[in-house]
Amino acid sequence: MDLSALYEEVILDHNRSPRNWGELPGATRRAEGHNPFCGDQLTLWLKLDGDVIREARFVGEGCAISRASASMMTQAVSGRTKAEAEALFERFHELVTDRSAAERADRSLGNLRAFAGVARFPARVKCASLAWHALRDALGGQ
Amino acid sequence: MTTAAARAAVGVTRPWDVDRIRADFPILATHPRGKPLVYLDSAATSQKPRVVIDALRRYYEEENGNIHRGVHYLSERATGLYDATREAVRRFICAARTEEIVFTRGTTEAVNLVAATFGQAFVRAGDEIVVSVMEHHSNLVPWQLLCERTGARLRAVPVTDTGELDLEAYESLLTPRTKLVALAWVSNALGTINPVERLVALARERGVPVLLDGAQAAPHIAIDVQAVGCDFLAFSGHKMLGPTGVGVLYARGDWLDRLPPWQGGGDMISSVSIDRSTWAPPPAKFEAGTPDIGAVAAFRAAIEYLEGMGLAAIAAHEHALLTYATARVHAIPGVRVIGTAPRKAGVLSFTLDGVHAHDVATILDQHGIAVRAGHHCAQPLMQRFGVPSTTRASFYLYNSVAEVDVLADAVASVRTLFA
Repeated sequence: MDLSALYEEVILDHNRSPRNWGELPGATRRAEGHNPFCGDQLTLWLKLDGDVIREARFVGEGCAISRASASMMTQAVSGRTKAEAEALFERFHELVTDRSAAERADRSLGNLRAFAGVARFPARVKCASLAWHALRDALGGQ
Repeated sequence: MTTAAARAAVGVTRPWDVDRIRADFPILATHPRGKPLVYLDSAATSQKPRVVIDALRRYYEEENGNIHRGVHYLSERATGLYDATREAVRRFICAARTEEIVFTRGTTEAVNLVAATFGQAFVRAGDEIVVSVMEHHSNLVPWQLLCERTGARLRAVPVTDTGELDLEAYESLLTPRTKLVALAWVSNALGTINPVERLVALARERGVPVLLDGAQAAPHIAIDVQAVGCDFLAFSGHKMLGPTGVGVLYARGDWLDRLPPWQGGGDMISSVSIDRSTWAPPPAKFEAGTPDIGAVAAFRAAIEYLEGMGLAAIAAHEHALLTYATARVHAIPGVRVIGTAPRKAGVLSFTLDGVHAHDVATILDQHGIAVRAGHHCAQPLMQRFGVPSTTRASFYLYNSVAEVDVLADAVASVRTLFA
């Protein structure tokens, strides 16, 4: 069974106790993520300092994958520039959609590599990506 | 009832040879994820018996022609098959005449047909359409669209804590402004069997016509439209062992004469000149274009299969399974069963504390168990119960007690993983 590949311990941990949970006072950007297929939704706040994401927080309703992904994303992008965060999204997206990407995943993805198992569960890719799409919206990207 | 008593009841209801029935459904012998398939998603779509698959194949190998327009052998053959299914549907729902049966693509299209044509003929600004909070989006959104077009108003019958319609509120919503009542016979998300005889009687006493969404009723309940007295009934073939692509709109008496045509095209006309046309008599008036003839032909095999098994026996088997499954799943700590009406079809909807329904369904899937997770196209109902989604197991004639055990054990394992 592949379940432990999907529900890595770090994912279960972030699901149980999401980090950076709650509204961000003094936020400069805000975006909503919504997955009409399953009803998952989240609100993401960012505090930008020039081009740098100083802080990211979120609240939302969703499955373990979407919740843990949002939680770990807020940690991963804090302190990064907009361009770095965009690049990280690209690598993360490749990780969760391309089975062969897991082996190539470099250390720079950090604990986000825990989401490699998602690539074997196509129905759950949207769960893992929800927060990242909200991030892109918040940054005023595509 | 204890789980032991519930389990015993499955056997004593009727000697239901589930192994023999399962042998009629080729897909039930498959092993998705390397495990025997435990298919508990029949409320989404049922599996198909060999006779239906054979009928579909036979149609395309030996019988395919277009209907109502050729004089050649195949056209006559296809037309005969098409008409034979219409007669089978008439018999299946005890309609008075085959002219009251319109083939559609499914329940959704049937509801949209009525919303468009009834709306055009009878609904004006200030009028009201009564639906309920438990409607599937397919019996809600078409009426919202109609209200937007016409300036009419949608009123929704509330749902009680057990998942039943609030009858008192329903009566108070029936006013001189009410133009139509559109309600589910059986809730797809909760399994509640609504008291349709009473609902229809209350509306008709006030001269209000009633459309019933029978998508979840037709597969499980012996239907007599004349006894129920509804004006319209919509249902889908694919949820009752038939192929996808075919559904039914039943319209009582002269409704189809009184409604304007919907889609224009071939087959629905009497004569056409460049300026104007006259309409074919019903049901052809509402069947423009070439339908899914193969699906309609094979749908008859599904109806005859169900009739052979007997709807009452099917319902008894499902009820016994539901009772057992409810007892077993309810006994798992953290489980909340949503929908506890005394009269339910084979639907078990539940939440598990601290675990999202999609995670439950993903884990069950790894055990080979197919369930539905989400809002079940019934978001207002989810809001009513304060949950974003539920996990739904739905049972049909081919499900077994052993499968319920697999389900319950797997749900218990979800708790362990997420503890």
